[in-house]
Amino acid sequence: MNAELSDDDQLLRVSLGPQHPSTHGVFRMNVVLDGETVVSLKPVFGYLHRNHEKIAEGVTYLSSMPYTDRLDYICPLTNNWAYALTVEKLAGIEVPERAEYVRVILGELTRLINHTAFMGFILGDMGAWGSALMYAFREREKILDLFEDLTGARMMANFMRFGGLRNDLPPGWVEGVRKIVDEYPAFLDEMEKFLVGNEILLARTQDVGALPKETLINGGVTGPMLRAAGVNHDLRKADPYGIYDRFKFRIPLGERGDVYDRLMIRFLEMRESLDILHQALDGLPEGDFIHPKAKIRGFKPPVGEAYARIEGPKGELGFHLISDGKPNPYRYRVRPPSFINLTLLEDMCLGLDLADVVIILGSIDIVLGEVDR
Amino acid sequence: MSGRVAEIHDRLAAEFPGAIALLSNPGPSGQDSLLIERAALVGAAGFLRDSLGFDMLTNLSGVDWPDAALADKVCVPVAAETDGEGEKPEVPGFLEVVYHIESTKDRGGVVTLRSRTGNRAEDCSIPSLVSVWRSAEFQEREAYDLYGIQFTGHPDLRRILMWDEFTDHPMRKDYVAPDDYEYEPTPHDEVLEKAKKHYPAD
Repeated sequence: MNAELSDDDQLLRVSLGPQHPSTHGVFRMNVVLDGETVVSLKPVFGYLHRNHEKIAEGVTYLSSMPYTDRLDYICPLTNNWAYALTVEKLAGIEVPERAEYVRVILGELTRLINHTAFMGFILGDMGAWGSALMYAFREREKILDLFEDLTGARMMANFMRFGGLRNDLPPGWVEGVRKIVDEYPAFLDEMEKFLVGNEILLARTQDVGALPKETLINGGVTGPMLRAAGVNHDLRKADPYGIYDRFKFRIPLGERGDVYDRLMIRFLEMRESLDILHQALDGLPEGDFIHPKAKIRGFKPPVGEAYARIEGPKGELGFHLISDGKPNPYRYRVRPPSFINLTLLEDMCLGLDLADVVIILGSIDIVLGEVDR
Repeated sequence: MSGRVAEIHDRLAAEFPGAIALLSNPGPSGQDSLLIERAALVGAAGFLRDSLGFDMLTNLSGVDWPDAALADKVCVPVAAETDGEGEKPEVPGFLEVVYHIESTKDRGGVVTLRSRTGNRAEDCSIPSLVSVWRSAEFQEREAYDLYGIQFTGHPDLRRILMWDEFTDHPMRKDYVAPDDYEYEPTPHDEVLEKAKKHYPAD
């Protein structure tokens, strides 16, 4: 800690967390304050650490699939996707057309869930405790019902397999998605009407927590956080995976990179996600949901390594796998967006008030299951 | 992919002769990597950032290789095959850091770099890249925490996921989980001795 604490000066050390509603899980910040102003901020985490990577090295490749659900437990399906994608790259497995489309549908639905929940949480951080979250979770639950129909679980999906999916779509599922997609804009309009011009929200979020583009890139910040500052970096376009190159959509960009921009970016991204969903539902072909030659039992990828990543709702979610030819990975590494986006938390908060810290942390959108692993 | 890595290898090798080696990937992913000598690592990283436009360090993984021969199977050195097959010097196991870097402007995907320590015991330091890419800050702390890699020049090298009093590095291949130290109502004998290691330092 840089700040000197003595009787003469008026610095105050506050331990914010680990159990506090606005820390989004068990997360602690050692903050040194001069009055209300932040002088130093050191995040402390690891309370949920279970060494996910070590566990994954001890079991077969497929056994880690359900465990990836528990990384970022708000969006398990994108975790599944990133992991399946990496193993497919590692072993050179192809994915049938239909599975690719379903993956895009699930990935974009997950983005809707994540950003919607984010709206609720950040409004809670700003003091609108409960009501915004309630509306957000009402919509989230509709999508989770669809996930339950498809995978058997609302959240812990364990749905993707190397080379496709675990099962095909149940009857009526596509119509269910269409209904959600058609109704969602009305909800977004409603939320935007509540929020965009709200004076309190503007006062609390504008010009708070902005950093220069170069600093964000250097700090490895990805996802909506980076795009809010105007950096056009979305892996769906910058390093396309799956079949994203077939869809027409735009990458919303912010200007100032403050908390307000981060909030608005997520609104705009949801609207683009709906666009992608329309196209994916229209294009969904018949066919296999998993590659007929995909091996479920006795799966051993050849010797080698692979790094693959997707544009997760929170940023770049990557997996780095090293195979020595055995049924379990030699090295299994998760590149967690929440964890790396926290690197610049102190820089964003210095010189601001303690109340702003809470909003800035909220705007990073972390999930501790993924930070701590 | 590999053509691009070979190109970068040539650019780097011209700047840092003898410090860069190209390693090929035998797997279907075809992600070749560049092995950089520790002494040249910070210089090479700065060159990659400033001259070749790699402005983002995306991912940093620690890897433990107790068996150096296995590492050569996964990341095959491309350098001219040495004729003396049995002449190879015995290389001890080592720890490795794998860096995935990319350029947000060029959109060419990630490039893999690696750097290795001398061995797994007393010579396990690697220069820190925080001065080049800030995103290394927490990830190097994690690699230090879980693998025991000493990042020289890191501004704040502390444990990040394990608690501060913990003494071992759990991601190492030879790590043995000591005992059920989270719940042991009446530890005794050797279990007590083992458990004491994890009591908070007072």
